[in-house]
Amino acid sequence: MMAGIAVSTTINGDIAEFLCHPDETLLDALRDRLGLMGVKEGCGTGDCGACSIILDDRLVCSCLVLGAEAEGKHIETVEGMAQGDTLHPLQQKFLEHAALQCGICTPGFLIAAKDLLAKNPDPTEEEIRFGLAGNLCRCTGYDKIVRAVQDAASVMRGA
Amino acid sequence: MRYIRPSSLEDAIGLLAQATGKASILAGGSDLLVKMKGGFIEPDLIIDIKAIDALGHIRESDDGFVIGAAVPCAVLGENAALRRAWPGVVEGAKLIGSKQVQGRCTIVGNLCNASPAADSVPALVAAGAKALIRGPDGSRTVAVEMVPVGPGKTSLLPGEIIESILLDKRLPNSGDAYMRFTPRTEMDIAVVSAAIYLTLDDQGIVQFARVALGAAAPTVLVVEEAAEILIGSRVDDGTLERLAQACSAACRPIDDKRGTIEFRKKLRVCWPSGSRSPPINVQDRNDGRHSSFDDN
Repeated sequence: MMAGIAVSTTINGDIAEFLCHPDETLLDALRDRLGLMGVKEGCGTGDCGACSIILDDRLVCSCLVLGAEAEGKHIETVEGMAQGDTLHPLQQKFLEHAALQCGICTPGFLIAAKDLLAKNPDPTEEEIRFGLAGNLCRCTGYDKIVRAVQDAASVMRGA
Repeated sequence: MRYIRPSSLEDAIGLLAQATGKASILAGGSDLLVKMKGGFIEPDLIIDIKAIDALGHIRESDDGFVIGAAVPCAVLGENAALRRAWPGVVEGAKLIGSKQVQGRCTIVGNLCNASPAADSVPALVAAGAKALIRGPDGSRTVAVEMVPVGPGKTSLLPGEIIESILLDKRLPNSGDAYMRFTPRTEMDIAVVSAAIYLTLDDQGIVQFARVALGAAAPTVLVVEEAAEILIGSRVDDGTLERLAQACSAACRPIDDKRGTIEFRKKLRVCWPSGSRSPPINVQDRNDGRHSSFDDN
């Protein structure tokens, strides 16, 4: 067993424990220790949002969090969005609107959009664009992502 | 490297004072982890202060507000009383980074990172905010502008930690505002920025003023001449012109990728006459580029 810090956390509703180095980011711990490959590394410096997760109800870049900081925290990643074979409305609408091409940014966008809609179920286009400004996409030009989030929001409101 | 999460400020100060190698304080981590990733800093010890209960809250008292060092900027924006009293301070804090960064970054971190372009610092300076510093020899309170002494450098002594930022109760007929110029509206860093705090009398004449500029010198700049021009005026067009000239004359900017010295000196803080509070525009009068935002 490696020497390291023992971290006990809840990920997508399940208790998860891992050991990590003191300087290891939560991004690396989620991917390399727990196999949660939906958390992507883009820039590694908090600029692109590809590693976005929800940490105790706050949207954060997991590259700017140490693994050790996750002790006792609740983490949500893209892996927790679908229920069995049923996609989350955001995932479904991203598919329908073709709101992705290469897909590297997509898990971060999905998690950021989930956080946005949890706090603002009926956002304007401007609120979506500002709310997702911390997530970069070099393929889509953002329009399809914004449409997908608007459509998902309306489905989630039952409208 | 070691990672320690003390539960009391005394323990944190003890760890910091006894550290043999490089010790770094971790609150939001949005500067520290980036510097570690880039190899600019290799701490032997990281002291995570987020488990210290006293540092994690905003407290409002009869004297004003106490903002703990570990409070994320997003929480400042969610505090209705703070937003009402110090909209400029909250605006500056809310402009740092993305939503992801907002959930982590702190105003004390922004202050101690000591970037000349730090968004939250000019408004804190204009508001007369103070930093409550704790160290092995006790505590001291200093004006926030005394903390950064140059790019990346602070006046904190070995073993010292900023515990909180103190903001007075806002006086009647007073207001603060913060404005920055950036080519983009989000995810950008100020080319130049300005913060102002004013107190008016019943006739609308300025009784007290404080003007601070960001990204205009190695540290945030308090422009005394600008305040003197404002005091006694009704902030008419002539006053604004003299205010702009005083600010241009006071700033000592650099050329860098975000703007040239010439461009930075030309940027003006424009305050529509007749308006007692924001909107404030930062505008380059030559080419009409401007950025503005409302209080949302």
